[in-house]
Amino acid sequence: MEISQIALKSDKRQLMLEAAMKQHQYRKDSLIEILNTAQELYGYLDKDLLLYISRSLHLPSSHVYGVASFYNLFKLRKPGVHMVNVCMGTACYVKGAEEILSAIEREFNVRRGETNVNNRLSLFVTRCIGACAMAPNVIVNGEVIGKATKEVVANSLSALLEVRIVEAR
Amino acid sequence: MHRINVCCSSGCVPFGALKVLKAFEDAVREFNVEGKCKVARTGCIGTCYVGPAVLVEPGDYLYQSVTPETAYEIIREHVVDEKPVKHLLYANEGFFKKQLRLVLRNAGKIDPFRVEDYIAFGGYSALLKALTSMNPLEVIENVITSGLRGRGGAGFPAGLKLSFVAKAPGPPKYIVANLDEGDPGVFANRTLAEADPHSIIEGMTIAAYAVGAEQGYIYIRGEYPLAVQTLRKAIDHVGSIGLIGRNIFETSFSFNVELRLGAGAFVAGEETAILASIEGRRAMPRPRPPYPASSGLWGKPTLINNVETLANIPLIILNGGAWFSKIGMPSCTGTKCFSLTGKIKNPGLIEVPMGITLRDVVFNIGDGVPEGRKFKTVQVGGPSGGCLPVELLDLSIDYDSLTKAGAIMGSGGIVVMDDESCMVDTAKFFTEFCVDESCGKCTPCRIGLFKMYKVLEGITCGEGTLEDLTQLEDLGNFIKEASLCGLGQTGPNPVLTTLRYFRDEYISHIVERKCPAGKCFKAQRKEEVET
Repeated sequence: MEISQIALKSDKRQLMLEAAMKQHQYRKDSLIEILNTAQELYGYLDKDLLLYISRSLHLPSSHVYGVASFYNLFKLRKPGVHMVNVCMGTACYVKGAEEILSAIEREFNVRRGETNVNNRLSLFVTRCIGACAMAPNVIVNGEVIGKATKEVVANSLSALLEVRIVEAR
Repeated sequence: MHRINVCCSSGCVPFGALKVLKAFEDAVREFNVEGKCKVARTGCIGTCYVGPAVLVEPGDYLYQSVTPETAYEIIREHVVDEKPVKHLLYANEGFFKKQLRLVLRNAGKIDPFRVEDYIAFGGYSALLKALTSMNPLEVIENVITSGLRGRGGAGFPAGLKLSFVAKAPGPPKYIVANLDEGDPGVFANRTLAEADPHSIIEGMTIAAYAVGAEQGYIYIRGEYPLAVQTLRKAIDHVGSIGLIGRNIFETSFSFNVELRLGAGAFVAGEETAILASIEGRRAMPRPRPPYPASSGLWGKPTLINNVETLANIPLIILNGGAWFSKIGMPSCTGTKCFSLTGKIKNPGLIEVPMGITLRDVVFNIGDGVPEGRKFKTVQVGGPSGGCLPVELLDLSIDYDSLTKAGAIMGSGGIVVMDDESCMVDTAKFFTEFCVDESCGKCTPCRIGLFKMYKVLEGITCGEGTLEDLTQLEDLGNFIKEASLCGLGQTGPNPVLTTLRYFRDEYISHIVERKCPAGKCFKAQRKEEVET
C-alpha cells in the first residue's frame, strides 16, 4: 500500500509526526521514539498509523506491529474519554490497590484492561509509577492520587463522569 | 542568606508542592525579604510520606507536610523573625541518623534544572580532573580499587566491566545508562534523575572517557515523565555550554548523550534486552556470550551500567578509589539507595552504607510497622528477590549475604509487610508479574512460570495438595537453571523463599483451607455465608 493511500488525516499532527521522523533521520532504530511521539499526538496507535510509520521508516508492518504490541505503554485501541490507571506495584498492592481496583470495576461497570460500554472510562492496571511511599496510587487522567482510598477515587470518577455511584452490594 | 528548597519531585508534586513553591515566592515578595531569601525547587529529600518537604538553609531545617498557608508562616517566623517554626519541623531524627547520603548528596540542596547549582557544589570537577590530569587507565584503576559493584542488581565489579570494554576494539564504542527501573516498589533511580541528573551525566562521561566511547544513551522508563523532562533539560544545558559535545574542556575527547524512552517492559532492564530496545526492536534478551562488552549496540563494544553505578564515579575520581573502598564493607563497598515502602511508619527514599542490617533499616530508619500490627517479612529485590523472615533481620545488606538467603539486592527495593499479608498470595502476586512481563522467548520462563502461577492460584482457592509444594520447588529450580535471562532465572525466587521461610502458611492453605492472614478464600467464605 502506498503512503498516499493510507487514510491518515492530513493535519497538524501528521506534520509533527513527519517532523519527528525527519529529526531522527528516518532511522529504523528510532521506531520506539516515533511510536511514543505518535501516541502522544494521536492518543493511541491504530492500524493506519502503524502502516504509515512502517512505510515511512521502510520497515515491515509486521515488525512495527510486533514492537507496538510488545510494550505495555502503547495503546492499540482507542481509550475512553477518561483514563484511570491503578498502580499495582508491590507497595501499592500491599497497601490495598487490589481492593480499590475491584471497587472501581464494580461501581463503574468496567473491567480492568477495558473501556466501559459508553466509551467514557478506560481502566488500566499499571505496574509501578515510582510513587511508592504514597501507596496506594491511582492516576486519573494523568493526575496522581496518592494515599488513595476507594471513596476518594470513586468520588473523583463520579464527578468526572457525572454519575451517581452504584450502591455497594 | 536563607535558601528555601522546595521538593518538587514526583512524590511531592501530587501533594501540592508546586503550589507551595509559588506560595513561598509570593510570601518572599510580600514580606519584602528578596534580599535575604532565595526560593528554589529541589529534588527528593527522602521523607516522601510527609511531603511536600521543604529544606531551609542554613542549618538544614526540614519542614514536613508544608502547605501554602504554612509556607507564609515559615517565611514570617523563620526568615523574618529568624525563629524556626518548631511545630512544623520534621520530628523524626532517626530517619537520617544511620543514612550516608553520598550519591544523593545534592538531593534537596540544588535545583536540578540549574547546572550552575551542580557546578557550585563541585559538579563536573571530577570530569575536569579525569580529562585533564588522568589517562583512561588511571580512571579504570581507581574504579577497580574502589570495589564499586554494579548497582542494578547483579553486583558485577564495575571496574572490571570498564576494563573489558576499554580493551575491546573500537571506535565506535557505546555507553548505555540503565534507568529502566522496572522493579515494582522501587523509585531510587527516578529520584536520582529528578534530584541530581548531572551526577548521572558526569559519571557517564567519565566512564565513556575510560572506555573510549563517543556516544551514550540514557534508557529511561516512559512512565517517569518528570525524570525524562529533567534529564532532557540537563542534557540540552550541558550540550549548550560544552560540558558534553566536541572537545570537552578543550581536550581531544568528544562525547554525546541522547535519551531513549522505554515503553513499559520490565524485561527491558536486562542488558541485552535494553540494547534491542534502543535498536528499535522488541526488548527480547539474547544468549550471552557474546557479552555487550565485546558485542553490544549494533554489534559494537558497549558499556551498560545502572545510573546509580555511574553516579558514584565522580566521587571516586575526586576522592580516590582507596577512599571509597573504606565505605561499607570490604566485599561490598560504598552505599546503596533504597526505596523503603509498604507497611512501615517512615516510607521514603534512603541511602545507607553497605553492610547495614535489615533490622536497622526497618526498625531504626523506618521506625517499624504501624501501631497495632506485627512485622512479618521484608521483601528485598523486587520480583527477582525474596521474602525474608524476622529471624533474618540481622542479615547484613550486601550482595553475597542476600544471595545466600535466597534474595537479591536488586535495584533497591525494600518492601515491609505485616501480619495482614499472606505469603502465598504475595508469591502469587510476584509470579503473576513475571508471567505478564516475560518476553515469551524461552520455554522454561514462558510456560514454567505460568504453571507455577496456576498452582499457586489453586492453593489460594483451596484446591492445593501437598504434592504441589514439591512441584513448585522442582519447577522453580528448573526454571532458574534453564531460563535464558535474569527474569526467568530469578522469577521463581519469591516462591522459593516463601516456601523456605513460610512453609507453614502454604500447609495451612492446603491442609486446613485456612489463610493465616485472612486474605485468601474470601470469595468462597462469602459464598458459603450467602448460601
